[in-house]
Amino acid sequence: MTGQVVVTGISVAAPNGLGAADWWPATCGGKNGIARITHFDPSAYPARLAGQVPGFQAEQYLSSRLLPQTDRVTRLSLVVADWALADADVTPANLPDFDMGVITASSAGGFEFGQGELRNLWSRGSQYVSAYQSFAWFYAVNSGQISIRHGLKGPSGVVVSEGAGGLDAVAQARRQIRKGTALIVTGGVDASICPWGWAAQLSTGKLSTSDEPTRAYLPFDRDARGYVPGEGGALLITEEARTARARGARIYGEIAGYGATMDPRPGSGRPPGLRAAIALALADAGMEPGGIDVVFADGAADPVADRTEAEAIGAVFGDRSVPVTVPKTMTGRLYSGAASLDLAAAFFTIRDGVIPPTMHIDPCRDYALDLVIGQPRRARVRAALVLARGSGGFNSAMVVRAAD
Amino acid sequence: MNGRRVVLTGIDVIAPGGVGRENFWDLLSSGRTATRGITFFDPLPFRSRVAAEADFDPYDHGLTPHQIRRMDRAAQFAVVAARGAVEGSGLAMADLDPHRIAVTVGSAVGATMGLDQEYRVVSDGGRLDIVDHTYAVPHLYHHMVPSSFATEVAWAVGAEGPSTVVSTGCTSGIDSVGYAVELIREGSADVVVAGSSDAPISPITMACFDAIKATTPRNDEPEHASRPFDATRNGFVLGEGAAFFVLEDLEAARARGAHIYAEIAGYATRSNAYHMTGLRSDGLEMAEAIRVALDEARLNADEIDYVNAHGSGTKQNDRHETAAVKRSLGEHAYRTPMSSIKSMVGHSLGAIGSIEIAASALAMEHDVVPPTANLHHRDPECDLDYVPLTAREQRTDTVLTVGSGFGGFQSAMVLAAPERSVR
Amino acid sequence: MADNNAFTLDDLRSTLRQAAGVAEDVDLDGDIFDTDFEALGYESLALLEVGSLVERQYGISLDEVAINDARTPRAFIDAVNTQLAAVS
Repeated sequence: MTGQVVVTGISVAAPNGLGAADWWPATCGGKNGIARITHFDPSAYPARLAGQVPGFQAEQYLSSRLLPQTDRVTRLSLVVADWALADADVTPANLPDFDMGVITASSAGGFEFGQGELRNLWSRGSQYVSAYQSFAWFYAVNSGQISIRHGLKGPSGVVVSEGAGGLDAVAQARRQIRKGTALIVTGGVDASICPWGWAAQLSTGKLSTSDEPTRAYLPFDRDARGYVPGEGGALLITEEARTARARGARIYGEIAGYGATMDPRPGSGRPPGLRAAIALALADAGMEPGGIDVVFADGAADPVADRTEAEAIGAVFGDRSVPVTVPKTMTGRLYSGAASLDLAAAFFTIRDGVIPPTMHIDPCRDYALDLVIGQPRRARVRAALVLARGSGGFNSAMVVRAAD
Repeated sequence: MNGRRVVLTGIDVIAPGGVGRENFWDLLSSGRTATRGITFFDPLPFRSRVAAEADFDPYDHGLTPHQIRRMDRAAQFAVVAARGAVEGSGLAMADLDPHRIAVTVGSAVGATMGLDQEYRVVSDGGRLDIVDHTYAVPHLYHHMVPSSFATEVAWAVGAEGPSTVVSTGCTSGIDSVGYAVELIREGSADVVVAGSSDAPISPITMACFDAIKATTPRNDEPEHASRPFDATRNGFVLGEGAAFFVLEDLEAARARGAHIYAEIAGYATRSNAYHMTGLRSDGLEMAEAIRVALDEARLNADEIDYVNAHGSGTKQNDRHETAAVKRSLGEHAYRTPMSSIKSMVGHSLGAIGSIEIAASALAMEHDVVPPTANLHHRDPECDLDYVPLTAREQRTDTVLTVGSGFGGFQSAMVLAAPERSVR
Repeated sequence: MADNNAFTLDDLRSTLRQAAGVAEDVDLDGDIFDTDFEALGYESLALLEVGSLVERQYGISLDEVAINDARTPRAFIDAVNTQLAAVS
């Protein structure tokens, strides 16, 4: 039940870097991945900026057999999973197949693929809908395709809890490892920057309408004006600690604690649940707040949500007593991919002793946060807290720490 | 494990031909079918024109106009069934710490119906590539990301504990309940309102299943169109619905004098890692899921009284599943009744797993095994006892229910009477 | 109107490429007339998509059983041409 679960492989696809080796130096260097949308012409829409993964040519990595049946999000997921397994120095074909699984988070499945087939249906007729529509758009597609590609027959799954999913999937992976599965590929990748996905995201009224890539997404800033969506995410290789050590794996760190809550229904008068999620994660890790060396904040860039988060961090840690950072300011919010990418950043922070910066913001002084702004900060980091919220009230918190 | 045993104390079902737990059981135990010619839209352009539609009016179930407007039909099902399960459990939710109440909602295709309708509008009938967002409904994002279903259910039942949507295709309904059981066992929640919902009967779904010829073209006999295990079967009948449960710790349920339907004694999911839609005929991975679920339940294969089949009625599924059950239960497979309620209520994708858990629990409650309707000529390659046509009275203390779905997911769950002796 | 050989191996090759791609170790331009689709890396799902594309391009309705039973390009092409002949 309390078996230690460690991370032995990491890969990412992010708007400011494809692959961990590109992305991590870019993130520490403050490189911005937010720009005007190029996947389609955004001029007709009130929001025109997004974080788009640069230079991803799926045909470089994937068989042409896979391309007609996959959305961009699945292609990204497959390639990131390949890289994460390689990073962990794992060859699944050499391991017992029922001992490996894949648990991912998704918010929108293959939404662009869905748009294409809906267009075929309504403009040309039902016989024009692809056979691949039966799975290419649905939320389980990435887990399914990754399991097939690598022969992973163990427990697999998919969670949908919007932005919190990137932590919820990893927590579910930890559960399965504790129940006896040796290895789980886990995390989240989302990509729905297509006109149909954009129309749906615009309906929330929460997207930033700024056209300035450095002024559009400003969490904890007095000028917070909504968020910029992005695509991408991260996948992690999680393993039971003894198995990982026995094979001599390089260990980034441990999934040490997790907690999740839902906000109460509007009008209930009850407090939001983020603070309780943090307390649960710390208790689960068996840690006091003082043991946490950095917080990767959710950073909604909505004044009410920013205040809720700043107050939750302050209530647990005290005013300005722990470094807080939001590397998302360089990528936009990647939905299910966001928190997984923050987990990747947290493990690299532990490894390198460098906290990546929060870019572009002038922090509102009402928030008593020690934000790492503009420049990376050197620090000895043994444990990090990652926070993630999903639209509709999902709060998740995860503690990761050095494993030795 | 801290040894907590998890039991079902509330059940509600919205199914074709049976809205509400009692109506649902009445349908199953009588062997009637609820499949019919599609009425939701003009089915003429489609290869398969039959479905199992639920007669469900959200106003009859106390949803407000605001709720109805913002929720897809599948979300409406979920909220109504979740509320019904809580009411039926007799649990005083207001007396509990909301952070100890969790929600899990299974759904394979989320708000497909709403997305299909809204796409048609914002694209002006598919003409606009750059869709016109000004025509979008304000809640379109809630259709895109079905985590909104978990939010709606949490709000409806007053839950503030860990909540999520589990979306593993056609095993979502088992996997959602499996996820919930783990939350209670590990101590993350005391009560979980868990279940699943799908409302996929929409042109885009019919079109994509037409394209892979997965749904039956038996349009001239809609009420006899779903024929699991029958030699003449030629595809499944799409359905819709939801089932929700209250899950809680056995000792807590006993302490409050709750009616206990069943213990969720074992659960496992495995993947075939083979094909997004195809199945190997050996049933190896489903058999492994069954083996692990039985092991977790501490039951021998020969202690299973009834197998609630996935039994979708496609050629390959029914053979695959028969092979898996024989592989896992051995000779006992031939002595154990195994039926598919999809013959009566169709295949509601992510919802059906929970609906089948409900059917399994009610079979235990009534000591009656529901039949496989429309089974007149058994496929020679499907040679088990599928309980053709008529329900069967028999003592039923343990049930194995299984699911199989696109993406390669294979799930198994074991329900058992909690008073059985634990070896 | 279509004659009996209206649908050729090259037509099939191009439809396969479009609907299902080509596996890495397969030479679709080689002598594949009697090679099993399975050996060419195409499973039933891919062939359903290929069949659907052919139906749309040629405005015909293929015989489901014949297409389902077609294990090789030769059999598939024959099934298509049978339908083309029927409507010509």
